[in-house]
Amino acid sequence: MTPAKRSPLMWAVHLSVLLIVALWTMPTAGLLISSLRDKDQLAVSGWWTALATSSRNDVARAPSAESQVERDGKFVISGNILDGQAGQISAFGFSSREPAAFKAGETAELNDGEKLTVQADGSFEIVSDTRMEGSRGQRIFFTAAAPPRFTLDNYREVLGAEGIGASFINSLTVAVPSTVIPILIAAFAAYALAWMPFPGRAILIAVVVGLLVVPLQMSLIPLLKLYNGVGAFFGVPAKTYMGIWLAHTGFGLPLAIYLLRNYMAGLPREIMESARVDGASDFDIFVKIILPLSFPALASFAIFQFLWTWNDLLVAIVFLGTGQDQLVLTGRLVNLLGSRGGNWEILTASAFITIVVPLIVFFALQRYLVRGLLAGSVKGG
Amino acid sequence: MQQLLTAILTMIVGVLACAAYFWGTNFILDWIFPSKGLSGKAASRNLRITNAIRPWLFLAPALFALTIYLIYPVYKSVVFSFHDRGGVNFVGWSNYFWMINDGEFRQSIFNNFLWLLVVPALSTFFGLIIAALTDRIWWGNIAKTLIFMPMAISFVGAAVIWKFIYDYRAEGAEQIGLLNAIVVALGGVPQAWITLPFWNNFFLMVILIWIQTGFAMVILSAALRGIPEETIEAAVIDGANGWQIFFKIMVPQIWGTIAVVWTTITILVLKVFDIVLAMTNGQWQSQVLANLMFDWMFRGGGDFGRGASIAVVIMILVVPIMIWNIRNAAKEMRSH
Repeated sequence: MTPAKRSPLMWAVHLSVLLIVALWTMPTAGLLISSLRDKDQLAVSGWWTALATSSRNDVARAPSAESQVERDGKFVISGNILDGQAGQISAFGFSSREPAAFKAGETAELNDGEKLTVQADGSFEIVSDTRMEGSRGQRIFFTAAAPPRFTLDNYREVLGAEGIGASFINSLTVAVPSTVIPILIAAFAAYALAWMPFPGRAILIAVVVGLLVVPLQMSLIPLLKLYNGVGAFFGVPAKTYMGIWLAHTGFGLPLAIYLLRNYMAGLPREIMESARVDGASDFDIFVKIILPLSFPALASFAIFQFLWTWNDLLVAIVFLGTGQDQLVLTGRLVNLLGSRGGNWEILTASAFITIVVPLIVFFALQRYLVRGLLAGSVKGG
Repeated sequence: MQQLLTAILTMIVGVLACAAYFWGTNFILDWIFPSKGLSGKAASRNLRITNAIRPWLFLAPALFALTIYLIYPVYKSVVFSFHDRGGVNFVGWSNYFWMINDGEFRQSIFNNFLWLLVVPALSTFFGLIIAALTDRIWWGNIAKTLIFMPMAISFVGAAVIWKFIYDYRAEGAEQIGLLNAIVVALGGVPQAWITLPFWNNFFLMVILIWIQTGFAMVILSAALRGIPEETIEAAVIDGANGWQIFFKIMVPQIWGTIAVVWTTITILVLKVFDIVLAMTNGQWQSQVLANLMFDWMFRGGGDFGRGASIAVVIMILVVPIMIWNIRNAAKEMRSH
């Protein structure tokens, strides 16, 4: 690039890139911040106000008349409407028509001669000259300013009660073998396609390139029928982890073979020829020379396949059951979107748990991911 | 935990079984047709035989899996598309006739074409611009990493992220969705964005663009860096300005890469499923082919005939790109 630095144009570049980066990271940041917020605050204010003090309107009920104590000839009911939560009362009232009629510290005259005082810290007193009656306590409306609250409660809840914890294990169960098993199979095939002359090799390579883009949708129905048939024949369930491992292996193979073949074909021919002169067979050459040299390509594919199997929804909901011990994270998240559509504290925390593993893999191994993309950019998704 | 251990155990067994297969078959091959210790003719004959057989031993497991999981199903899906819901009775073209007359299918085709027009174009365009901009600044790599990050997020996770942004509260209430908060702050009326027919397609597309721009950026950035310096220097000497250099000198040199990015995203768009399922499940006229296909697979106990025929339509749309890819790959191999 021509070094035309420090010109106004460069500032425009810096600014626009900053803007784009902000635009691209904001959605994820919003999710993360929201998942850490208190669920009452999350429900009433945007995540961008998370650091600001929020005010909420609420209602509390004073204890009933039974709890009154006699003090200096008067009858008193006391308590705290904030009930242990942090906050600052700014206004209160005793009817729903005027929920903020009085300022904190003022005394309100209730209809039956009782006097209600609410302090800024939430403590209140109802004072009466005569013994109070009635089994229901006085309702107190109040406006409270709450300081920002961050908590891990949302995570605690979704990991246990919402089954995200179990699904996390299920996702790992699906992803790990589905990532490792195809590698060896693909590596041998890739070596054959790269360095072993045999009739039909060009056609096979073309077939692999073609299969790269075959939509998964084409495979679903026949495989579902096949699995049902196999399950019925052997008297085993049709939806098993074994089934999905093999399915992911099959679906991942074209990319694996393609990536590895391209990489292996780029290795210098001299290495193999000198090994062959020394009397090594293809098997020895592959295991002792090619496989170790291909590590970067193997890593690229492993990352791809892991991200793909972890993030996959379609294959999982077709070939796995929906029970507690089989539902993967993405499937669970879709279910939660349906059943807990308005509970953002649950959705945001659950979503963050589903994306945190891929994000760690991404940031830790980005180098290999980029290399793989550049080598295999014919394939999509 | 138990199942995770089982998974890891299976994985180890699977890898060992693969290794045993490859090692074992090679051992047997060398044992039947030994080339060491024999002399002259016999050795070279055996060597020829093993060289002819060994590639197929290497390929066999992969070919087997590809056949079962991709090749056979493609054939079978085409067959199913001419059969009834159970996949038993032959019904000729009737699934396809049903399709043409089905309003939801036509809606899906229309929406899919909208997606095809917008998503690859915008993703590639943004990717190209961002690649060009970030290559000029010292913190470009950090910026790229952050823009690339959505690639790692699942479509379902991204759907939750964006559903939160599109969240709608009735007018007057405090908006907790970013988009409606901005609209209200600018004096507008909040909308339930994903329920607006036609326009909701675009709100769903934003999600895929958000994910795919990083992919386009990474590939195009590498292509831009591969442009020979001399061509740019020559243009500078000739007095070309920044815009001219970018659009007339640099972009034409990376047309091939742009086409690869474009087609890759196009294929992804044709298969888009998770986003629509999670955001609207095809309601409010936002249906797309892949989601419709999934729907018919299980609707009312599953209609395999109609499901398969929709899959075949997706396949047909992919075929031109498939052929183009194969020709490019063949061309590349010949040039090596």
